[in-house]
Amino acid sequence: MVKKIPIGPFHPILEEPEFFELHVDGERVVDIDITIGWSHRGIELLSEHKTWDQVPFLVERVCGICSASHPYAYVKAVEDLLQIEVPERAQYIRVIVAELERLHSHLLWTGLAGHFLGYNTVFMWAWKYREPLLDILEAVTGNRNHYATWRIGGVRRDLPEEEIPNIREMLDELEKKNDLLTKAIIDDPVIHARTKGVGVLNQTKCREYGALGPTARAGNYNIDARRDHPIDAYRNVEFDVIVCENGDVYDKAVVRQLENFEAIRIIRQCLDAIEAMDGGDILLEIEEVPPGEGLGVYEAPRGEVFHYVRSDGKNMPMRHKIRAPSFNNILTNEYTVPGYSVADAGLITAAVDPCYSCTERVGVVNARSGERKVLNEEDLIRMSREKTERIRRELGIR
Amino acid sequence: MELLGYIFDYVVFPGFLFTAIVGLLTTWVDRKVSARVQWRVGPPWYQPFVDTVKLMGKETIIPAGAARTGFLAMPVIGLAAATLASTILWKVNLNPGSSFLGDSIVVLYIMTIPAITLIIGGSASGNPLGILGASREMKMLFAYELPLVIVVLTSVYKAGSFSFAEILAYQEANGIMLGSFSGVIAFIVAIMCAQAKCALLPFDIPEAETELAGGSHIEYSGTPYAVVRLIMASMYFIVPVFIITLFWGGFNFSGWSILTSILKYVAIIVIMVLIRNTNPRVRIDQMVRFFWGPMLVLSIIAMILAVVGY
Repeated sequence: MVKKIPIGPFHPILEEPEFFELHVDGERVVDIDITIGWSHRGIELLSEHKTWDQVPFLVERVCGICSASHPYAYVKAVEDLLQIEVPERAQYIRVIVAELERLHSHLLWTGLAGHFLGYNTVFMWAWKYREPLLDILEAVTGNRNHYATWRIGGVRRDLPEEEIPNIREMLDELEKKNDLLTKAIIDDPVIHARTKGVGVLNQTKCREYGALGPTARAGNYNIDARRDHPIDAYRNVEFDVIVCENGDVYDKAVVRQLENFEAIRIIRQCLDAIEAMDGGDILLEIEEVPPGEGLGVYEAPRGEVFHYVRSDGKNMPMRHKIRAPSFNNILTNEYTVPGYSVADAGLITAAVDPCYSCTERVGVVNARSGERKVLNEEDLIRMSREKTERIRRELGIR
Repeated sequence: MELLGYIFDYVVFPGFLFTAIVGLLTTWVDRKVSARVQWRVGPPWYQPFVDTVKLMGKETIIPAGAARTGFLAMPVIGLAAATLASTILWKVNLNPGSSFLGDSIVVLYIMTIPAITLIIGGSASGNPLGILGASREMKMLFAYELPLVIVVLTSVYKAGSFSFAEILAYQEANGIMLGSFSGVIAFIVAIMCAQAKCALLPFDIPEAETELAGGSHIEYSGTPYAVVRLIMASMYFIVPVFIITLFWGGFNFSGWSILTSILKYVAIIVIMVLIRNTNPRVRIDQMVRFFWGPMLVLSIIAMILAVVGY
């Protein structure tokens, strides 16, 4: 007998509203319905009503934990339109903040994954290790989150010289702790039992679904926008792209943990470069944005984030399109979840590090017959009631 | 007068009040130790009591799809059973004379009732997650009961009697069960079963907040939920006492033995809390495999060792 188990729209495993309906046969999931669109905020439209310099503050709020990646991709899109190169010092500061964000985002995910496994000790420990990172971000940018650091043509704040030793010290500490966490994940037999061979997304499927970021790299799909489309100081720093073989939940965790070490490596190189520099500009003054269009691509912690802007010469973007990585990654659940048990379903959906709010774009109206029909409030209420009744019948409740 | 005595035993000491208070205190120890392990501060000692009182003042919601009687009756039956198990265990520990033939079987049997009530309650709630939690609880029950019964039998075999008094007397005379090879193995298996019986990590599968959002007690609210919490707290108290009685010489409340008795209990609780905090949740199939595989083999080894005299 196939039963339906709801995960969401509000559920302890989901940080944000999302709705997965699992069709289960006993404990085994046979099918999954994914419904997005529970927190649509109309960011793109809002962005088309703000000036070029106001938009970074808006797109920071697309996602609380990608609040460096979205403005980064946006300013790169506008700079692509303007055909300018920002000052070198600003480039390094951008990379430092972006990589610090990757660190804190990956640690946050490791903690959450522990929580989803029922391993609250890992949850608390990972988040404790993450705390100094937020302090450093505050010291560098003035904010723990939503850094307000990006500006078209550079950055808003210079990196205080006296903070550099602190950052180095914190990175040394963090490297040790990350090592401990990584070993804990690699060594723990129960974590192996729960995550190995679960939710496998192989390379072919990664390509078919267009999976991005750690989700794709865990499945041996070697893509990384930082290497493939290098921007700013990423052209001058050395780092490895971490790729795993199997594409299961375990590999997704390992990829993220190992990427933390690479992020630390990148930040150290940037700090070296900044120390070698003797001051320097951090901002190019931009007078106006001419008509044209630009693309910005950046590797957010969850995968490639893509921004497109078009200008008609006015002081606002004429069109601003955002494609967040979770939009691609969430859909892979359609392939990865069926066939495993309910206990795995939550873990698999969480393993893509979903960030639902940033994927919500626009409600799609599916007009099958092409016939337009205006529904008044009464109709809507009636339809809503009918649906409730239908769901009740399906669930076998009177 | 005798009847009044029984009522006092059941309701006040060592029955309901005593069990509930010590059980709630135990959940506090659990929460505090967990908090310290996780670098948190943890609640003050009276937190579980405040929680219970607060829950009792909350509205009781009965879902429209629920089977009303079954849904509401189950927590009460579960609590009554847990209290009864505790009363029998403590009466024996305080006064071995009150033991009767086969009381170990009776307690073992009664201790499964709270799990069964949770199964029925979860199914009666009509919530798909509750039903799934109930089905998991049922599988767990099948998984851990077999090894548990076998390790209980090792103690019974050694003492040559089904009554707690005889088992305690045997341990008084020949040293505790834990002093022998079979006893140690049986103790380890029993701790694992206790972890499952109290639905603690890694075996909190039927509740699994991040999968089932509470599972079998997802729909309980207000006073019925407070009662469910009391059942869990009582089990947290009864199961360790059961293990101590069988394998660790029971409790003795004269002179300095009070201290060792309390220490025994605290030691078992700390072991359980540490297991809980250093393990992620396993899947139900892995759990069943674990209990029907390694744990069953270990329990049979313990039984064989007991028979050959180790």
